Amino acid sequence: MRKVFAIVIGLLLIFTLVSCGPAKTPQPQEPEGPGEQAPQEETLDPITLATTTSTENSGLLGEILPHFEEKYSTKVNVVAVGTGQAMEMGKNGDADVLLVHAEATEIQFVNDGYGVDRHRVMYNDFIIVGPEDDPADLKETAGADAAKALATMSEKQAPFASRGDDSGTHKKELELWKAAGVEPAGDWYKSVGQGMGATLNFASEQEAYTMTDRATYLSMRDDLDLVILVEGDERMFNQYGVIKVNPEKHEGINKKGADKFVEWIISDEILEMISEFGKDEYGQSLFVPNAD
Amino acid sequence: MENILQGFQGALSLIFSGNREVYSIIGLSLSVSFISVVISMVISVPAGIVIGMKEFPLRKAVIMIINTLMGLPPVIAGLFVYLFLSRSGPLGYLGILHSPKAMIIAQVLLIVPIITGITMAAVKDRGTLVKNTAYTLGAERMQMLWILIKEFRTSIGSSLIAGYGRAISEVGAVMLVGGNIKGYTRVMTTAIVLETNMGNFDQAIAIGIVLLILFFLINIILQRVQGA
Repeated sequence: MRKVFAIVIGLLLIFTLVSCGPAKTPQPQEPEGPGEQAPQEETLDPITLATTTSTENSGLLGEILPHFEEKYSTKVNVVAVGTGQAMEMGKNGDADVLLVHAEATEIQFVNDGYGVDRHRVMYNDFIIVGPEDDPADLKETAGADAAKALATMSEKQAPFASRGDDSGTHKKELELWKAAGVEPAGDWYKSVGQGMGATLNFASEQEAYTMTDRATYLSMRDDLDLVILVEGDERMFNQYGVIKVNPEKHEGINKKGADKFVEWIISDEILEMISEFGKDEYGQSLFVPNAD
Repeated sequence: MENILQGFQGALSLIFSGNREVYSIIGLSLSVSFISVVISMVISVPAGIVIGMKEFPLRKAVIMIINTLMGLPPVIAGLFVYLFLSRSGPLGYLGILHSPKAMIIAQVLLIVPIITGITMAAVKDRGTLVKNTAYTLGAERMQMLWILIKEFRTSIGSSLIAGYGRAISEVGAVMLVGGNIKGYTRVMTTAIVLETNMGNFDQAIAIGIVLLILFFLINIILQRVQGA
């Protein structure tokens, strides 16, 4: 009996030691093949990027970040949360740079002195998706009018899944409810309190409508029983911005890393990569660059 | 149904394909929880023995607090650690929020009461007898502690395993304080949440299977230790 115990503990220890190496000291990614050799520049300390779930869940960051990590021999630690929590992390000094989408709140954030040097990076748009048979007839009644679509849902008490997590998507949804002149409440309005991917899964399972950014929807489309019902409304424009966390507010902010990151993400080369992202797989770009 | 079958197929091929990311996630889970248990053991075993055997003022209150903390909801532990380690919090200067260190701290907070509680309960009834016997045989203070640990190794062993099981299966606290960073703080439980959210059920099931097998092994050991 004690032997078994000793063996198992021993195995655990060995596994721990073996696996500890790569897991605990994040290594910059190895260059993948001789293709494009980025010139080796100075190295940077690891950067913490607080961002929204949509940039990570859609796979965009996985596509572009290795380029940065390779160029500066560093590591970008991505904490993907709702825009609200990402900005809160910035306020508390728990991130070096933010990539978020809630323009009004972002400008407020900079004006309040928590962030500096904000730039637009790219946009995509929000869409309203729902079950294919469209029980509330959104397509017929609302056309491209997002506010009207929401009003129709509340009228018909059609189940609607809301992010309910103070994210950029949630903020945009609330704006539209205001535009529709409806206070969403009732059994049909389900506040999920989770990320975009989880909310889409929820809506698909519950045969509910929901509002989503196009990128996350397209990247998950195959697993969802949801189709696009309302799109093209100007008000559903979804602007992503990058902000450096104000290094004077807290000790230990990686200012140099944040400077380089912002310079990098709005460079022509990366914007080009962003506009190409998703074209092969979905036949359209998931994000459209419009850096300023 | 299709989802589940496909998921299992994908899961099996993932486990045996030697996917490095999956292995590093499993490895991090094992190592973070292991370190947490070792640290907690150093604190909790002596504490459990002392609280279980010594009479001191407010002992009843201390025992009550430990019993309550044994069921401490993980997210609350996570929230506390988050607030303390945030750069705007009292320990912010350490700069270890969103790192494996932060996860270990949260887990230690969760397991210390468990190991202390189980050790304490075991020692309470028979401890004094053992102590008196050892005393008559001429044991000194530190020797006494060692004799007690040896005498109660079964209970202490099962408390360590219970603690390990709690640590490795926990999701709320490590999600909050670790941030679920790919290749850095992503462990089995948080990976399952993420992959499920993204609709990658095969990845989620693959990691789930590994976690289940681990738990099964842990329970076998626990049963053996208790039966010994």
